[in-house]
Amino acid sequence: MQGKRSTFLVAMLSFGMAFLYIPMVLLVIYSFNKSKIVPIWGGFSTRWYKVLFESEDVWAAVSLSLKIAVVNATFATLLGALAGLALVRFGRFRGRTLFSGMITAPLVMPEVITGLSLLLFFIGLKGLIGWPERGFTTITIAHITFSMAYVAVIIQSRLAGMAQDLEEAAQDLGAKPFRVLTDITLPLLAPGMLAGWLLSFTLSLDDLVIASFTTGPGSTTLPILIYSRIRLGLRPDINALATIIIVVVTIGVVIFGWLMLRQAKQRERDMHIAAKS
Amino acid sequence: MAKVLSGGRMARLAEKLQSSWKTVVVAVPFLWLLIFFLAPFFMVLKISLAESVFAQPPFTPLFEWVSEGVLAIRIVFDNFVFLWEDNLYLNTYLNSIKISSISTVLCLLVGYPIAYSIVRSSPTARNIFLLMVILPFWTSFLLRVYAWMGLLADQGTINSLLIWLGIIDQPIRLLYTEFSVYVGIVYTYLPFMILPLYANMEKLDISLLEAAADLGAKPAVTFLTVTLPMTIPGIIAGSLLVFIPATGEYVIPDLLGGGNVQMIGRVLYNEFTANTDWPVASAVAIVLLLVLVLPMMLYQHIQSKESES
Repeated sequence: MQGKRSTFLVAMLSFGMAFLYIPMVLLVIYSFNKSKIVPIWGGFSTRWYKVLFESEDVWAAVSLSLKIAVVNATFATLLGALAGLALVRFGRFRGRTLFSGMITAPLVMPEVITGLSLLLFFIGLKGLIGWPERGFTTITIAHITFSMAYVAVIIQSRLAGMAQDLEEAAQDLGAKPFRVLTDITLPLLAPGMLAGWLLSFTLSLDDLVIASFTTGPGSTTLPILIYSRIRLGLRPDINALATIIIVVVTIGVVIFGWLMLRQAKQRERDMHIAAKS
Repeated sequence: MAKVLSGGRMARLAEKLQSSWKTVVVAVPFLWLLIFFLAPFFMVLKISLAESVFAQPPFTPLFEWVSEGVLAIRIVFDNFVFLWEDNLYLNTYLNSIKISSISTVLCLLVGYPIAYSIVRSSPTARNIFLLMVILPFWTSFLLRVYAWMGLLADQGTINSLLIWLGIIDQPIRLLYTEFSVYVGIVYTYLPFMILPLYANMEKLDISLLEAAADLGAKPAVTFLTVTLPMTIPGIIAGSLLVFIPATGEYVIPDLLGGGNVQMIGRVLYNEFTANTDWPVASAVAIVLLLVLVLPMMLYQHIQSKESES
């Protein structure tokens, strides 16, 4: 669907992009503010970056959050891929409705409910079997549980759009089902799994509410640290931190977008060549 | 091996192997969700039916061995009665639903024209705009809410700008009002509205719009009779993706609403952490789940229909 656009639509698009981006641009500008009071300009300075780099608790929080995010993304991708595979390729099996329900529910479940229920469950479990200790383990388990739902949805839509021809051809040629999985299905799923891994990684780094419920003493993730500081008001060092995050994400998204665009163009060219020959 | 086993036994063994790895593929994620998703809900349900006591853990047991072989079951509905009778909770639920409904409508009003105009761009521009809509989603949610604290504060950017322009001479109260909560929700949830709308509109057939125009329909009429009805699935999916999480929102009412805007997510969190009343917090969660169960099931229904087609 493409065609002429009215002035109204162009105006709405410009307004929308301005609405999305002006607050983030301001965050970046104020990070270079010399003044301690964030919205009052006191001249250019990079002192808040120095303050940020020198605070040890920030580094500790960053390292804990990254560790949780990596472990979470890896497990969530594996579990989510299995779940997506089961839902698309296995047809009907016992408990399928419950299974697909449990897969999509975390996508829309309010965070306070997920957080509270997992915390109460962990406390109960600890009373019964003496495990788990609250902190790294419990936050990671909580994150895997909601991240795998996102991965499953990505894998599901990729599998649904993927013709089964190749898998069937391999089977006809005598490949064992497990061989089909490892040699055909998994390589085809790799881009979806990469997208799922990146999304799980980001979701974990971003989560405040569920981590606040499931954390234990001494385990402060980056969002928990940021939250405890901004609750009391604006802080220029948080602006500096926000700027770093925005720059890293922008570089990542631009590279990813560029690769996708190139891949799409390559595919177009291949199709063109294939059509000619 | 192959020589020892007859053809039929081979086939049976292969079948067995195949079904066993299929079982593993289903069982591993299934078990994970049963343990870490479903079981925790029963834990909340159980505690919501207990009484709050000053002990560790701070609630009464549901099942108790009174004496040898006699099991007593204590179920108390007091927490739910308490929620119903205390106007604070009832009003907070209603207020949360009001705020998330209005925010959903605002998101739709802002997001719909944006999605529509992205769909009508050239393929390259389309990809760039889509990336621009997705990019904020990959940066921190918390810091995007924080950005609005700086914009809306008494000494913030908007007030300074208005004073500098001579429109006002005293800062107006923007932060810690219901208005700032609306701004925060619309800002952070807008991509969740735009993306499903875009996915739906992308599949639309422009020739239908052209046919309507050729037959002499005015743009407004075309929109109301052709475009709008065709985009209803996108509208429903986007609205649910905003409405459901916004109703239970904790961070936005806390940071942008201060103590002035009561939403149920914040009450639940405070009930648990500040008051350490686990049974009441659990009951609050169960009721919130009941409030949201219909929209959640609707979303699931749409999702499963989508993945089947």
